[in-house]
Amino acid sequence: MPGYSGFRILTEGLRGNSGWKPAWRKAAPKPSYDVIVVGGGGHGLATAFYLASEHGITNVAVLERGLIGQGNTGRNTTIVRSNYMLPENNNFYEHSLKLWEGLEQSLNYNVMMSQRGVINLFHNEAQKNAALRRGNSMRLNGIDAEILDRDGVKAMCPIVDVDNGRYPVMGGLLQRRGGTARHDAVAWGFAHAADARGVDIVEHCEVTGMIIEGGAIQGVRTTRGEIRAPKVGLAVAGSTSTLTAMAGFDVPIETHLLQAFVSEGLKPLIDCVVTFGAGHFYVSQSDKGGLVFGGGLDGYPSYGQRGTLPTAEHVYSAGVSMIPALGRLRGLRSWAGVMDMTPDGSPYICKTPVQGLYMTAGWCYGGFKATPGSGWCHAWTIAKDAPHRLNAAHTLDRFREGRMLDERGNGPFFWAQ
Amino acid sequence: MSQRFRLPSGGHVDRSKRLSFTFDGRAYDGHHGDTLAAALLANGVRLVGRSFKYHRPRGIFSAGAEEPNALVELRDGARREPNTRATVAELFDGLAATSQNHRGSLAFDWMAVNGLLAPWLGAGFYYKTFMWPASFWERVYEPMIRKAAGLGRASGLPDPDHYEAAHAHCDVLVVGAGAAGLAAARAAGATGARVILAEQDFLLGGDLLNEPGLEVWRQESIAALEAMPEVTLLPRTTVFGFYDQGVLGAVERVADHLPQPPAHTARQRYWTIRAKEVVLATGAHERIIAFPGNDRPGVMLAGAARTYARRYGVRAGETAALFATQDAAYDAAFALAEAGTRIAAIIDPRGDSAAMQRAREAGFTVKPGCVVTGTVGGNALRGVEIGAVGSGGRGDAVPADVLMVSGGWNPAVHLASMSGSALSWDEALLAFVPGAASQHERSAGACRGVNGIGAAAADGAAAGQAAAVAAGFAAAPAITLPEAPAPDHRPYELWEVKGRGKAFVDIQDDVTANDIRLAHREGYSHIEHAKRYTTHAMGTDQGKVGGLVGAAVLAEAREEPVAKVGLPRFRPYTSPVAWGAIAGGEVGQHFQPVRRTALHGVHEALGAVWMDAGIWKRPAYYPKAGDADAWASVKREARAVRERVGVCDVSTLGKIVVEGPDAATFLDRVYANTFSTLQVGRARYGLMLREDGIVFDDGTTTRLGHDRFFVTTTTAQAGPVMQHLEFHLASAWPDLDVSLASVTDQWAAMSIAGPKAREVVAAVVTGLDVSNEAFPFMAVADCLATGVPARLFRISFSGELAYEIAMPAGYAAQVWRAVLAAGAPHGIEPYGVEALGLLRIEKGHVAGSELNGQTTAQDLGLGRMLKKKGDFIGRVLAQRPGMTDPSRPRLVGLRSVDPARQIRAGCHLIVDGRSQGWISSATQSVVDPGWIGLGLLRDGETHIGSVIVAANPLMGEEVPVKVVSPHGYDAENLRVRA
Repeated sequence: MPGYSGFRILTEGLRGNSGWKPAWRKAAPKPSYDVIVVGGGGHGLATAFYLASEHGITNVAVLERGLIGQGNTGRNTTIVRSNYMLPENNNFYEHSLKLWEGLEQSLNYNVMMSQRGVINLFHNEAQKNAALRRGNSMRLNGIDAEILDRDGVKAMCPIVDVDNGRYPVMGGLLQRRGGTARHDAVAWGFAHAADARGVDIVEHCEVTGMIIEGGAIQGVRTTRGEIRAPKVGLAVAGSTSTLTAMAGFDVPIETHLLQAFVSEGLKPLIDCVVTFGAGHFYVSQSDKGGLVFGGGLDGYPSYGQRGTLPTAEHVYSAGVSMIPALGRLRGLRSWAGVMDMTPDGSPYICKTPVQGLYMTAGWCYGGFKATPGSGWCHAWTIAKDAPHRLNAAHTLDRFREGRMLDERGNGPFFWAQ
Repeated sequence: MSQRFRLPSGGHVDRSKRLSFTFDGRAYDGHHGDTLAAALLANGVRLVGRSFKYHRPRGIFSAGAEEPNALVELRDGARREPNTRATVAELFDGLAATSQNHRGSLAFDWMAVNGLLAPWLGAGFYYKTFMWPASFWERVYEPMIRKAAGLGRASGLPDPDHYEAAHAHCDVLVVGAGAAGLAAARAAGATGARVILAEQDFLLGGDLLNEPGLEVWRQESIAALEAMPEVTLLPRTTVFGFYDQGVLGAVERVADHLPQPPAHTARQRYWTIRAKEVVLATGAHERIIAFPGNDRPGVMLAGAARTYARRYGVRAGETAALFATQDAAYDAAFALAEAGTRIAAIIDPRGDSAAMQRAREAGFTVKPGCVVTGTVGGNALRGVEIGAVGSGGRGDAVPADVLMVSGGWNPAVHLASMSGSALSWDEALLAFVPGAASQHERSAGACRGVNGIGAAAADGAAAGQAAAVAAGFAAAPAITLPEAPAPDHRPYELWEVKGRGKAFVDIQDDVTANDIRLAHREGYSHIEHAKRYTTHAMGTDQGKVGGLVGAAVLAEAREEPVAKVGLPRFRPYTSPVAWGAIAGGEVGQHFQPVRRTALHGVHEALGAVWMDAGIWKRPAYYPKAGDADAWASVKREARAVRERVGVCDVSTLGKIVVEGPDAATFLDRVYANTFSTLQVGRARYGLMLREDGIVFDDGTTTRLGHDRFFVTTTTAQAGPVMQHLEFHLASAWPDLDVSLASVTDQWAAMSIAGPKAREVVAAVVTGLDVSNEAFPFMAVADCLATGVPARLFRISFSGELAYEIAMPAGYAAQVWRAVLAAGAPHGIEPYGVEALGLLRIEKGHVAGSELNGQTTAQDLGLGRMLKKKGDFIGRVLAQRPGMTDPSRPRLVGLRSVDPARQIRAGCHLIVDGRSQGWISSATQSVVDPGWIGLGLLRDGETHIGSVIVAANPLMGEEVPVKVVSPHGYDAENLRVRA
């Protein structure tokens, strides 16, 4: 399939755009593959893409129960950043961010990665100290970070009310290379690029069982028949525990719901991503003009993609407290995604108790930014049957070992991560 | 040009009340009862906005909440509201509105050049382009896109109005006050049920407002409802979402119809309604037909033109054409003809029908078997091109300045869908209707496809009664219902007229039928993919007029029925809701409550500088004349404690009474150390772990009696510790006979610390021998302080001889003053949280920055506290290898080698070029001047005595620090025991 180019755009425009072909084939499943990736969200598609592009493994199927990109990939607040404190996390996310930076070129698809800067505000000395510890950790690991004082915040994001309100802004931790990307395009772009390398993307194919013989995976049963493969990778977010139950083991994941919101379209108002430090609220403005915003979990386990009003009230209150000019704008739409929460807030990219079965899961509500990095590390782990150093710590065993990756010290409470 | 399209009589406007308003700076008149759109049309204003992408001229398209085009910036200054639908904005005197999304004037928008570039700006164009050269995306392309995107402009200023929240419970909530809703509310109300009737319009009646013949029944119904004491009418109230368990959210526009809210009145009120039963009577939205030029100002929904004529007494134009696919739309032609508009042609793809015959009898030109193939005009419609069905190409033009379009009716199923009801396809209506209810909810009238006012009212009455019966009320006698003929509203299946030119399926976001086909060609064939790829149905109207049309175009491309293609999932909000309304009053200063200690006024009188500790306000320090800076104040206060005596308000610490025969057993389980061996009248430092073995909290706990303990927590963890204790009592050990009471607010407490503390305490306290022998370190006893019952603790955080005195909060100020008076001869100073921090860092006591949820007892040098015998929370998991790993960072003391060079919490500790830990707390010492701190450092003990680097690359600092014992000050604890 010819790729996207300026010349092609020009000529297609002149021909009524009649020559465009599907961005990915609607493949039917073959009886067997070298690798099956379960889950056609960003992480699964990225896994397939990197298996093909980095490891030359192209006899790969991505099995998706519904449509690609319709889970959390298409249902998040589109923020990309690597401003983590623990080296195990910030090195991983930085690798992911570097992949984001070249993603348009790698995929031949514009995912509209926009490095507009991400500011985490702090409002008191203790928060500032935590920001310093985190920012210094980033800097010492070669990741860009800056500390802003109150005036620096005001200069960078003038609409934030730094003085008034219950918790005046003391400053912020800024990562200029952070920003946003067009979430749907990430799934479509990885699908497009993986397909171009021979990967079969099989939609409407639900995995109903695992074929395990002698403790090793042999394939999966699906609504479209048995599909064999010596290696299977899971990238199914909120459904992880359901699928690992099919494989006979339990995982430390609770599925919670998280709401997000978008406003009506507006002329440019907020240029960066900004996070309130005194409540659960973060916001950015999309290229279409909508303010995309969100907050914390609703706090109870659920697979329902519906939120509750009290959580929304907190998000809106925190929003107006941080930016009083939001009061007269309007919320257009809200939705909820299901989050695979872990007891320390960090993910799993690892081997599993079943030989040949791998997983990338437990992304809590930080999975979008991780998409390329997760796929890259998952692909490595599958290809080599061993983790890369970037995901060596992100194991299921870490709780047994007592080596948690708890960024904020919130403890073993899924709802608090 | 004063209201030249206004009829002399008729409708629901009050012609005796003339209201002035401006649009784009020009002055116009309207009447009370108008919407802004009605008033603009009355004045002949046709061009009101520009579309999102191609900046095409756009007019008023609807007469209700579904409006995609007529979005304006309403009001000005800080009250400017972008994207306000002129079709629902009530006119008020002095209203100012501005058109949006154009550069240059509204009439000559040079961004309209985008229309010429349309071949390259189709669906999803940006995903395939703007990638070369790589660096141009952020620097050139994206800024260009962002500048062009968006619709209205935010004011950027704080919203001057306020909002309020209300909660309501009812037996039956009726959403929508058209014929079905009014009848439902009456029928339910007649049973005695508590009923809420919410209507988004400012008038109740829905389509009844367009039927002068049914006005009597409308007014009767409203009067009947107003007379029922258990019925609440909520006009101007949009129910925006249906949540789980019968919860619905709504916003009432209390003062949006006024220039600004009156004093002490909210602009809007946000309702959370919990209903036993819900009747959805939300009506239907008329839908468009995709044909070339279907967006030109002058093209509008047929029902809208009828509403402007009948309800507002406004002719939508001089010469009208009707393009309809069913009989129900024909009343628009009659209504406009009655209003004096010439009907140029009625274009209908069908062969014949009852309505067509009546139209011919009325003298209208009817074009059966025809469709509109295009429109003529610039910024306003001048003519309509008519061709035979399926003929292709462009037909003959008929002059018209209004084209009324009706492709059929989509039941407003949004709330039903949000409640969890699956939608089902109605082949006669060619639309989705609600399926089986999944909550206590039923739809009535047009929103479930019932045809005509009379039938809708009957359906509503039945639903209202059924809802009340389901809520436990006995059926009441039937109410009278209106009689009205029902024209057939089943449409001929026509979604699109193909031809040259842009045929829009989403008018606001400029999505054309060709865009939908392109999406399909590129594989975005599922409705959810097509929506996201093209932005179809993603505008402020969320696809109310064209959503299904786009789905039908996609269905044709997929060669599948529309029913199979379906619609994107409905989600809140049914209509956009003001941010401020959901935020309510908990914004700005009121975002969270302020918690003040009983001594707040005392600190204020002393000129304290405040700091936030969670929601508490605590004194950071008390500046005095002569203090050079904040540090001077803090050090002065700390020196007073080290050398003489100081007093500090420690009321914010959490306090919990644990009482019962099993209290000691309970505390042995929740604390890592033992409390059952504690003597009555003694306190002990306690350490709590989380279940995962990480340190949770610390504090002193006192045994007041055999079965009665007094637990203190840190300020930050007061709530979480209480939850933790309650959780374990309730779920893990319900067999333990223990009760808990949080008494944080009942007891105020102050710490009196310093070598002279005993003298001060002795002067204030009576009934107690406070000598070291009679009242040693860790003693606790009841006493009187200034004659008030109080409790004295001999405990110390500062490392000095210290007492904590606690008394009922109401007496705190009295005791504080007595302490200051008694301490005056000794040079007592009140000290704040900063000095408290300085003293505890000097002493090497851990606090919140070390108990940060990531540290173990061993990390903090407290490993020996973990009891060897007996179980306790966190014991097992604290033994995991990663938790006991000797290379974990351990607590150390730090001292800046150059006393003048500052070290900060958040610095990393660099050994051999690598980060091996961090500084958790830092301050200036008063004992040995210079910067000191506590930190956590890998192999900390082995580094004691060596010099390493405290690195703070964020601030460009690298400071050599000496690693020392954290317990450098009075390591033998002689002072606290003195």
